[in-house]
Amino acid sequence: MNTYSATVTVRLKSGVLDPEAETTKRALERLGFELDALRSVDQFELELPAESESAAAETVTEMAERLLANPTLHDYDVTVERR
Amino acid sequence: MTVAVIQFGGSNCDRDTVRALDALGIDAELVWHEDGLPEATEGIVLPGGFSYGDYLRAGAMAARSPIMEEVREAVAAGTPLLGICNGAQVGCEASLTPGVFTINRSARFQCEHVFLRVENADTPWTEQYEEGEVVEFPIAHGEGRFEIEDDRLDRLEAEDRVLFRYCDEDGNVTDEANPNGSKHNIAGIAGEDDHVAVMMPHPERVSLSDIGTTDGQGVLQAFR
Repeated sequence: MNTYSATVTVRLKSGVLDPEAETTKRALERLGFELDALRSVDQFELELPAESESAAAETVTEMAERLLANPTLHDYDVTVERR
Repeated sequence: MTVAVIQFGGSNCDRDTVRALDALGIDAELVWHEDGLPEATEGIVLPGGFSYGDYLRAGAMAARSPIMEEVREAVAAGTPLLGICNGAQVGCEASLTPGVFTINRSARFQCEHVFLRVENADTPWTEQYEEGEVVEFPIAHGEGRFEIEDDRLDRLEAEDRVLFRYCDEDGNVTDEANPNGSKHNIAGIAGEDDHVAVMMPHPERVSLSDIGTTDGQGVLQAFR
């Protein structure tokens, strides 16, 4: 078994309203910044044992499917590297 | 009928729900999630509150707790289940009902009375009402905006599984009467079978005549 680092990035699907991001954008504008768009994402950084990089990616993808993302709202990306 | 009102860490409408059911002569008991479902369970309520601090997403943690496997089996065997507020979020996160309840359009926690139109009076949860009847329930949530993929929304509506929509006092379903930005003003829905229902408004908070109106009794009477 090797140890792998993985990152799961969970984003709202395009078209899904993001009231917190809208509020944050307005707050930045109040501070005097000019911006066209702001999206917020959740990012999870994991370390896990696995037989191979592909096995680690498979496990982490299952984590995203079963808990970290909600398929009604989210798309997600998984990246894995050996430590 | 013995209704199990399941307490998760952070549930806070559990005792209110038992009291409201008791007042209707329906036997109900609090069940701590780690203790599992009692043998005699003939109905289940997932009550309101903030289970697990709404970590990750409201309802996400409770939906994956071990007792939910027993709940799933009981529901598959025909046991009626009602998810209220946080319980509705848990029900959707557990895929007992489609879609998800997420952050309000206002990005604020909203605690207010709303009007609901009864969309389908031919379910155990709504048979005490007339179709099109307007009832007044309280909401108290920060994550009550119903979101669902378009194809699943079409199916939900085609199958007449929308129980309640937010409306104005006269029963008009308008954007102004939509407190949280829910798709098509949806406030409560049934699962694949109509013995499962979830709703963001609180029927248990409008069930005791001593403290106000009793519009919510009709929902709870499904457990009779």
